[in-house]
This record gives sequence, structure tokens and C-alpha cells, in this order.
Amino acid sequence: MNQSFADLSPERLRALLHQMMLIRAFEEAAEQLYLQGLIHGTMHLSVGQEASAVGACAALRPTDYILSTHRGHGHCIAKGARVDLMMAEFFGKETGYCRGRGGSMHMADVDTGNLGANGIVAGGVPMAAGVGLSIRMQQQDRVVLVFFGDGATNEGAFHESLNLAAIWNLPVIYFCENNQYAMSMAIARASKVEKLSDRACAYGIPGVTVDGNDLLAVYCATKEAVERARSGGGPTLIEAQTYRWKGHSKSDKQRYRTKEEVKAWQERDPIARLAQKMLEASLLTEADLQHLQARVDEEIAAAVAFAKASPEPDPATIFEGVYA
Amino acid sequence: MSRELTYAEAVREAIDLAMARDERVFLIGEDVGVYGGAFGVTDGLYQKYGPERVRDTPISEAVIAGVATGAALTGMRPIAEIQFMDFITLSMEQLVLQAAKLRFMLGGKVQVPFVLRTPAGAGTGAAAQHSESLENWFVHVPGLKVVMPSTPADAKGLLLASIEDPNPVIFVEHKLLYRTKGAVPEGYYTIPLSQTEVKRVGRDLTIVATSLMVVRALEAAETLAKEGIEVEVVDPRTLKPLDAEPIVRSVCKTGRVLIVHEACKTGGFGGELAAVIAESEAFDYLDAPIRRLAGLDIPVPYNRELERRMVPQVEDIVDAARRLVKEAR
Ligand SMILES: Cc1ncc(C[n+]2csc(CCOP(=O)(O)OP(=O)(O)O)c2C)c(N)n1
Ligand SMILES: [Mg+2]
Repeated sequence: MNQSFADLSPERLRALLHQMMLIRAFEEAAEQLYLQGLIHGTMHLSVGQEASAVGACAALRPTDYILSTHRGHGHCIAKGARVDLMMAEFFGKETGYCRGRGGSMHMADVDTGNLGANGIVAGGVPMAAGVGLSIRMQQQDRVVLVFFGDGATNEGAFHESLNLAAIWNLPVIYFCENNQYAMSMAIARASKVEKLSDRACAYGIPGVTVDGNDLLAVYCATKEAVERARSGGGPTLIEAQTYRWKGHSKSDKQRYRTKEEVKAWQERDPIARLAQKMLEASLLTEADLQHLQARVDEEIAAAVAFAKASPEPDPATIFEGVYA
Repeated sequence: MSRELTYAEAVREAIDLAMARDERVFLIGEDVGVYGGAFGVTDGLYQKYGPERVRDTPISEAVIAGVATGAALTGMRPIAEIQFMDFITLSMEQLVLQAAKLRFMLGGKVQVPFVLRTPAGAGTGAAAQHSESLENWFVHVPGLKVVMPSTPADAKGLLLASIEDPNPVIFVEHKLLYRTKGAVPEGYYTIPLSQTEVKRVGRDLTIVATSLMVVRALEAAETLAKEGIEVEVVDPRTLKPLDAEPIVRSVCKTGRVLIVHEACKTGGFGGELAAVIAESEAFDYLDAPIRRLAGLDIPVPYNRELERRMVPQVEDIVDAARRLVKEAR
């Protein structure tokens, strides 16, 4: 076993690389479809942040829960969702994960433990404490990992949730994807704390900052936090330092950052980095990589075809789902 | 003199004029600075007035409302922006339990003059958490004023009046109105709050509509006119305190009233309007039941067609009006 790949087998590593590539391809396809007018609304792309989604979910079991964000396509795929059902949701089709009612911002796959993306910044953070409590009260062997952005750490609910999970020792992993901006607000303008993980000390829980573009670093830090939560050691705050390559949403002129800054971060491409590392360790060949890319392209093409061919929701069902 | 402006430009011009005129006026909200606001409404104001008076905040809606309240309480005239009306749910305590009541609770010794601007409404495919129309929540709270302009000229004049007003004002803009155009007078002017306006004169039926629904009602009225149905379209503009008299007068004249709003029907402003009309002398003039056409009682769906069906469209207003003119009591 190569020390620098933790306990991940070559097959597992290839699967994780595949997931990262699938996330990127999914989002690039979604963006194209939006530009072609085939998808409406808005979308928040996580291109450049794939290692944090995949690294974090790799440390979870299928039975563990996640709560996700508006920038949640990566989390959804990383937790095991099917891209065809996701794409159908994007198209607002009846076959989509939310029957076309939710769209990009509410993507969820309850069967794989994904309790949903969220249109509200920090919207999932308070719920995470509730999920943690429920796990504890039902004596289940599970944990919950909640994703949120740097911007979410300035909502009051964030602080209430961390404090409560801390005093009740709940099995929650608070996973902050610090991509340096909340829309136009640079984190350095929004917080005087240099490392967001330092905020953990305010609640008496461990906090750690990792290179969010390094899949292995994310995986190892999350694994440690998951083990702590599972064994009754309570919550952890993880900060993954990363960067979004694309604008905040589809209407962002990006006046608040420079092209040079974006370019510098693109040179730290999490996918290229893992692939390179695996190539160097002979865990992957160029041919494997090409094969992976071809497979990803096929999966996305099939997903788009499925979504396009799927039926629209029946308007007669418009009142369904408001009440149980 | 007036010229064509979009609704968004009219709002921006009002903010600009108020800031130029009164140093106590400042802008606070998420991405209102360099970004220019999520819908571009505050574009250019940061460049003109600088970071001291155009203040980006972290994502913290509770403290945005709190800062507006605290600053207003002590001599400033803040204009706060909540990026989508949905997120006002995170500001509720400061708005409802503090800002609205402070003057009363302190025996009238203080005032809380701020405006909280926020875009509401569906129609952008942004789904259930970015499409809310929550105006009636605030109508229910004594101490708050609620303004909901439907045209660029109204938006400018009402915003300036809201900024001058010594009370907290919830100023609700509609996302789909931002790009609509209309003649807007130049320079500084105010349109008094609590002044209902008849937007179109007619004899057969009164439509009382708010915000985007005013535009749709006027369009419906054109169609109906071709069929010989003359609709009077009445726009309250300020929901609270409501200027009921022009509404009552109109219903006395036409004997029929259709109330149209986008927010969910149950518990919406239409219920209040219906009650006001039913309690007034217009009751005796009604030739048919008071009718409401409003958003369906569901969260806003993502799917384009479901979203469209959730909210009253022009053809829905035409249909409802046609039926109502044939109805008898
Ligand atoms: C309560 C709330 N306030 C504001 C918004 C609008 N909004 C959506 S995403 C976003 C920025 C979020 O930044 P961050 O948490 O860092 O996540 P990122 O977008 O960078 O992934 C904002 C301001 C929202 N959706 N919810
Ligand atoms: Mg961010």
C-alpha cells in the first residue's frame, strides 16, 4: 500500500477519480444545456471543488447522511446519486429526483442518504443537529455530514447549531467548503478569523483546515472526524480551502476578482492533481485515463438523452406533496 | 419632464437622489456594492458613494435588519436590501418584535425610519425558496408599513416617500417587473404612501390587483375591452396602511370585484381586501360575490409549466373576469 494514498485501494482511487470527472462533466453539460435554453432557472456550479465533495463522501458509509447546499451537484454524485435522474430533475421532468418540483437547488437522493441541497445559505446546518440527535436517540450506527460554504458561517443559525451539537456531543461533521467567496464577498472581508476552522474553539470542538483541492487530504481529515463522531466523540468542524472556477450563478459578471486569481487556482485543478499523482505511482495509465473520460462522456450523454425523453409532470398533480 | 426607465432604474434613481440629498441615508445588504445587487438594482452606487455608505454585509439577514433598526433608532436613515424576499424569514425577529414595536413600546419617544427593499415573486424558475411573496405577513404587524409598487414611476416616487417616512417600511419589488419600462418623471418627487390609484377606468367590473398582477390585469382589461367588458383596475400601491376609499368607491360604481394577487390565496392580502369591501357601504352595491384570484396554495414549483400554473396569468384574469360579469348574486 502506497503511504500517500491512505487506505484507499487502486480500484477505489480510480472510482473516486471517476466520480470527480463525472461531476465536472455533469456540470459542464448542465451549463451548456442552460446556454441552449433547455434548462431554466439558475444553477451554481462547483467546477474546481470536486475533491472536497468526493473526498468528504468517500469517508462516509452508504448509510450515513449528508445535507448539501445550493452548490450541491458534486455532493449528490459523490454520495452515490444517478446522473440520469439528476439530469431529469434539471429538466424539470417527472422522472427527476424531485419529480421536477425542486430543480438544481433542491436536488436530493434520500435513498443514498442525501437529504437534499438547499436554496438557503446555512439552511442545512441547523437541521444537521437534528439529524445527529435522531441518530443518537435511535441508537443508529450513523453519522451526518453537513456541507456549507464560507458564507454560511456568518449566519446566526450556524453558531447555534455548532454549539448545540457540541454540548450534546452529536455525531455531526460540519464541512465548510471555503471557496474564498460568498457571491462577491471575499471571505477576508466577511470574517476577521483567518482560518474558519478556528471558529471551532468557540464551541469547544476540534477544527481542522485542509487543502480542499487535494482529495487525499480531504479524505483523511474527514475520516478522522467521522471516526470521532461514530465513536461518540462529538462534532468536528472541517474547513476545506478551495475555489470555484465559474461565476457564482448564471448572472455573475465577476467584477470582484481577477482573471489572474482564477487562473492561479485553475493550476491547482483537483482532478489533474489526483490523476497526476496516480500516474506517477503507476496506479493509472494514460490509456486508463482516456478510458475513464470516454466512460464519463457516455454516462452524461445517456443522462441527457434520458432527461430529454422523460415526461413532464402532469399538471393535475400540482397539489401533490404539499402535505403527507 | 419624464423619460422611459426600467423599474430597476427607477428604484436606483430614487436611492441615488435620496443619498445625494440626505447624508443620513445609506445602503446595506448582501452584494449591494461592486456586484450591484443580485438584480443589478444598486449598480454604480458603490462607485459613486463609496464603501462607507454602500455597505456589503456578510450573509447575515438577522443583523441586516438589526443594523437598519439600530441605526434608524439613533438618527440614520438606512435602506436595507434583503436579496430575495424568501430570506426575510431570517430577519423576522428584528423586524416584527423590535423595529415594528419600538416606538409604541417606548411610549412614542423614538422613531425607526428605515426602508427594507426586497424582490419577491415567482416566474424565474428559481423554485420554492427563491420565489416567495410574503407581503401579507407584514401587513399583519402593527407598526410596519408595506409598499408594493407596480410601475417604474410609482417605484421611484413611493421609494422616496418611504425613505422620508418616519416608520419602518417593507418595500416589495417584483423580479419580473425589474425590466418593465415606463415614463418616469425626472428629479426628486414623492408619491404619498397610503394612496390607492385607479390605473384604468371602467364601469363593468373592478379588479383590485397588487404588484405584477396590476400589469397583468391591465393587459387582461385590453382583451376584455374588445369584448365590450370595461374593467376598472385599482392598485392599492401601499398595502398598509390601506387607502380603502377609492376601492370602495370603485366597487360601488361597478358592483363587481375581482381581487388578484400572486401570493398564495389562503391568508393572502385578498382576504383582507374582501373583508374591507364586505364591511363597507359597497356591500349593498354588490351584484355578485367578491371573487379572489391568487397563487395556488402550494410552494412554488421548479418545473416551468407548474410554476406558470401556480401564479395567475393574463388569461386566468380574463377568464375570471368574464365569469364574474355574468354572475348574479
Ligand atoms: C439566507 C440566504 N441569504 C442569501 C442567499 C443568496 N445567496 C445564495 S448563495 C450565496 C453565497 C453563498 O456563499 P457560500 O456560503 O460561501 O457558498 P458558495 O456559493 O461560495 O458555494 C448567497 C448570498 C441565500 N440563498 N440564502
Ligand atoms: Mg463560498
